[in-house]
Amino acid sequence: MKTPIYLDYSATTPCDPRVVQRMLPFFADTFGNAASRSHAFGWTAEAAVEQARGEVAALIGAHPKEIIWTSGSTEANNLAIKGVAEMYRQKGNHLITAVTEHKAVLDPMKHLESQGFEVTWLPVDKLGHVDLDQLEAAITDRTILVSLMTANNEVGTLHPIHEIGALCKRKGTLFHSDATQAAGRFPLDVEAQHVDLLSLSAHKMYGPKGVGCLYVRRKNPRVRLVAQMDGGGHERGMRSGTLNVPGIVGMGEAARLAKAEMVRELPLLAALRDRLEARLLAALPDAVRNGDPAARLPHLANVSFPYVEGESLIMGIKELAVSSGSACTSASLEPSYVLKSLGLGDELAHSSIRFSLGRFTSEAEVDFATDRVVQEVKRLRSMSPLWEMVQEGIDLTQVRWTAH
Amino acid sequence: MAYSDKVLDHYQNPRNVGSLDKNAPDVGTGIVGAPECGDVMKLQIKVDDQGRIVDAKFKTYGCGSAIASSSLATEWLKGTTVDAAAQIKNTQIVEELSLPPVKIHCSVLAEDAIKAAIEDWRKKRSAQATPPEGHA
Repeated sequence: MKTPIYLDYSATTPCDPRVVQRMLPFFADTFGNAASRSHAFGWTAEAAVEQARGEVAALIGAHPKEIIWTSGSTEANNLAIKGVAEMYRQKGNHLITAVTEHKAVLDPMKHLESQGFEVTWLPVDKLGHVDLDQLEAAITDRTILVSLMTANNEVGTLHPIHEIGALCKRKGTLFHSDATQAAGRFPLDVEAQHVDLLSLSAHKMYGPKGVGCLYVRRKNPRVRLVAQMDGGGHERGMRSGTLNVPGIVGMGEAARLAKAEMVRELPLLAALRDRLEARLLAALPDAVRNGDPAARLPHLANVSFPYVEGESLIMGIKELAVSSGSACTSASLEPSYVLKSLGLGDELAHSSIRFSLGRFTSEAEVDFATDRVVQEVKRLRSMSPLWEMVQEGIDLTQVRWTAH
Repeated sequence: MAYSDKVLDHYQNPRNVGSLDKNAPDVGTGIVGAPECGDVMKLQIKVDDQGRIVDAKFKTYGCGSAIASSSLATEWLKGTTVDAAAQIKNTQIVEELSLPPVKIHCSVLAEDAIKAAIEDWRKKRSAQATPPEGHA
């Protein structure tokens, strides 16, 4: 088995080889600018871009004209949130989101707050869900946008977006959903789910990095945006800039594959994920699963291992590429804000690992990974003073710790 | 993050992991840190009548640098005197392990753990009826 084993598909996915093959001609042979209207180079590029637009639209049940290419989900989220806020400022200055959103939603919202907008930050329960009654109560006639992700990137909890979408429609406010993690892993349908704006990224669904899109509803209602990138007026004036033709072709092929293979792929992923969790929990009964055990993405498991610290665990399982719920690996020592929002104590949040599986994960890899994790957790526990105290019957919550 | 070879070595082959009898009169125990901060160190010393540290053990919950800092501390403690141990500075640990700035708190914690263990041993000793002379 080749190591390290990649179990971080929620961070990014490799390009599917079929995607790479589709992209290759568009670097040097068919290199035209899709905006060149006066010659065949441009027409060929434009045709490829339009085919990709259709493939991405088909994945989410949209019309091709409703797809606006961007550099990725972060840009799509910024365009949706800031673009709506600027366009509808006369109607109202209130936006609603949740505390567990990705930074690419939270930070544009904070930016708007600094510009005089009001933002309601909904809390979540221990599974990661917002209270729909609380959401409904928060919507006023000054509310112009609700932004709630389709699925959470750290714990995989799926929001009931069809219900949220229906609620927003009934209350007459626009609904944006960041579907970066959900695309290709959960069936999306902007009509059935009543979504007005939807952000997607190619590199989370076996496409290339640096390309994504924003779905912008054209009717019932027609959503308008103020462009955040001014220039040549590309993409119906919503996003200027020469199109990344190879990237867009790759995203189109990735979307086509996702749509074609989802029915076969999702149960396989869920079975592998369940196997991973079952093996971990059988060997380490006090391990804690985070997120909603039912309404969640099929490929992701977030597990806390009490009495061992996440960064040291990751250091010990260097044959595995996984993410820690603790941000210790960056300059900050703060544990994950998502896990803390779910009510996890700092200690459990520090001890958590996100495993995310994908198209190229094998059962043998899952077995190897779980064996290594169990082995390392046991080793670290043998040197953990917390584990020792618990074995002695000490209640860790009653200990007076010396903060530093 | 890239760890130094010495941190990796201590992490993979920690020295002196374990526990001494915390109720023994010649054992000093220091527990510092807090689970919510992501690191807790327990450091223990066993001291002979001459004030020499004859054994040192640690258990650490924390990142690799925290484990390495406490493992290194036990190496330095064994065989030295309590007075010399009290002079160990976190900067020496930083230098020895090439800790990056974000991990300096691990070395501070190790220094605190050494001081707490010595303090615990001194308290026990002064509580005894007839303490040996010379190195209070």
